[in-house]
Amino acid sequence: MRETFVLIPGRTSRQGTSLNEGKFSEEYIEETSTLQVSPADMKRLGIADGDRVRLRSEHGQVDVPCRASKGDELPPGLLFIAYGDASSRLMGGDTHGTGMPDSKGIDVSMEKA
Amino acid sequence: MTSTAPTSKTVENATCTFCGCVCDDMVLTVEGTGRDARITKAKNACVLGNAWFLNHHVEERPVCTIRDPASGDLSPASLEEGVERAAEILAEARYPIVYGLSDTTCEAQRVAVAIADRVGACVDTTTSVCHGPSGMAFQGVGEVTCSLGEVKNRADLVIFWGSNPAESHPRHFTKYSIMPKGLFVPNGRKDRTVVMVDVRRTKSAKAADIFLQIKPRKDFEALWALRALVKGVKLGPEIEAETGISLAALEDLAEKMKSCKFGVLLFGMGLSMTRGKHLNVEAALSLARDLNRFTRFTAKPMRGHGNVTGADNVVSWQTGFPFGVSLGRGYPRFNPGEFTTADTLARGEADAALIIASDPMSNFSQPAREHLAKIPVIVLDPKETPTARAAAVAFCTATYGINTGGTVYRMDDVPIPLRPAFESPYPSDQEVLTRIDQRIREKLEAARCAAAAAQ
Repeated sequence: MRETFVLIPGRTSRQGTSLNEGKFSEEYIEETSTLQVSPADMKRLGIADGDRVRLRSEHGQVDVPCRASKGDELPPGLLFIAYGDASSRLMGGDTHGTGMPDSKGIDVSMEKA
Repeated sequence: MTSTAPTSKTVENATCTFCGCVCDDMVLTVEGTGRDARITKAKNACVLGNAWFLNHHVEERPVCTIRDPASGDLSPASLEEGVERAAEILAEARYPIVYGLSDTTCEAQRVAVAIADRVGACVDTTTSVCHGPSGMAFQGVGEVTCSLGEVKNRADLVIFWGSNPAESHPRHFTKYSIMPKGLFVPNGRKDRTVVMVDVRRTKSAKAADIFLQIKPRKDFEALWALRALVKGVKLGPEIEAETGISLAALEDLAEKMKSCKFGVLLFGMGLSMTRGKHLNVEAALSLARDLNRFTRFTAKPMRGHGNVTGADNVVSWQTGFPFGVSLGRGYPRFNPGEFTTADTLARGEADAALIIASDPMSNFSQPAREHLAKIPVIVLDPKETPTARAAAVAFCTATYGINTGGTVYRMDDVPIPLRPAFESPYPSDQEVLTRIDQRIREKLEAARCAAAAAQ
């Protein structure tokens, strides 16, 4: 079953460090294509670490593995992913006259892939 | 001061250009020479700085690759051949764009703007997809500003809003905003109150005295509520359902803001990238401005890439505007949403691109990436990126700060010199851009002469 969430793409230390090894390095690709989900949402939806989920926004869709966020970092209903190719695929091209696409706070639906 | 030994040397006061903190107290140990040179130790560097320095190595790539327009095949080329092809593409384009610039020196940025001026391009920097909306808000509201030195020496109330410095700017807390002892905060951390406002309880939240978890996309509402409370307007408890923050917590924060001696609101892309964008930042800047009726209060953006602030400065010196500038009519016009790269690409307008030290093929929306793949793109980057792989001409350049000197701007607009650790076999961005500019000038002059002779 699909549910609606708010996706927050952002920076992580690991994204920053692996960026220096190159954008084609395994670590960078893994970090920027792994979705963080609150433990409460993982449990409720019956998802385990490493399971693949499908995210759909108004503008695109991606299939990514997910893992539970640490502690209470994410409240239920919020998803996080490090900036990268996957988050860009969910962004729209319209910038509403600002030059900046809606890059954080993206409405997405999530289901098991 | 640099001391040298046959295979090992120490570079003191080197500058890290990974993030906007631009820490200039690095002590680098360099071992080996030529292509084997490596930085083996980076004293004072944070986790990001360590990765920046210690992973650096001389690439095994040709200085330039050129794509055959007919077959699409890439072949290694000399610097001269690359410069010739790049100049040809830019001189012939009708709607070229120059984009990137945040990860190179001010000296190289200056040449890039000159090229944009010469070919009538739109010049835009990664600011437009970072704190571009903040730049718009500065123009609308103004900026009550200060240096990070003032934050260190004076701030007794530090508020981070939509920013996660523990992961994006790891030394900010210890060098400037939370831990250091300053002239008017002699006890350091004990003399400061630290507040963190975010949608996530990030790693940074642990460093705060007060963490306020805001609902996503409700920053404007919370900031506007704080403006009201600071002005003495009574609000109802329904504000909690709207913003996720209780009225009592907002009232307490408003009181702390009014009663501090020197406050600073450090805002991140949580404001500028979220719906509302420049309006969110306008609310933050207006709040800081209002607070100066009661105390000294400032607001600063947490800038990302090493020299993104330099890009704003250089483009402003040369065109009068910080980003999103069209030079197509021979004079600068500023219009975010029209001349910004995310738009000129997504709308399919640009017919050639010069991309310096950035990777729009990874970071832009799908329609923008699809258009970028259709047009001839010239890329300057020390590393191989998806944009470099898709380029018509890709130059491998030396890494600024590690291999080249020059000037970069810290996030608070303070210029800082670079002290390179060792030479690269690759040319600097400035050198490649200067050669392209020179060749374009020759081509345009030749075309002018030919047109004059034909008349």
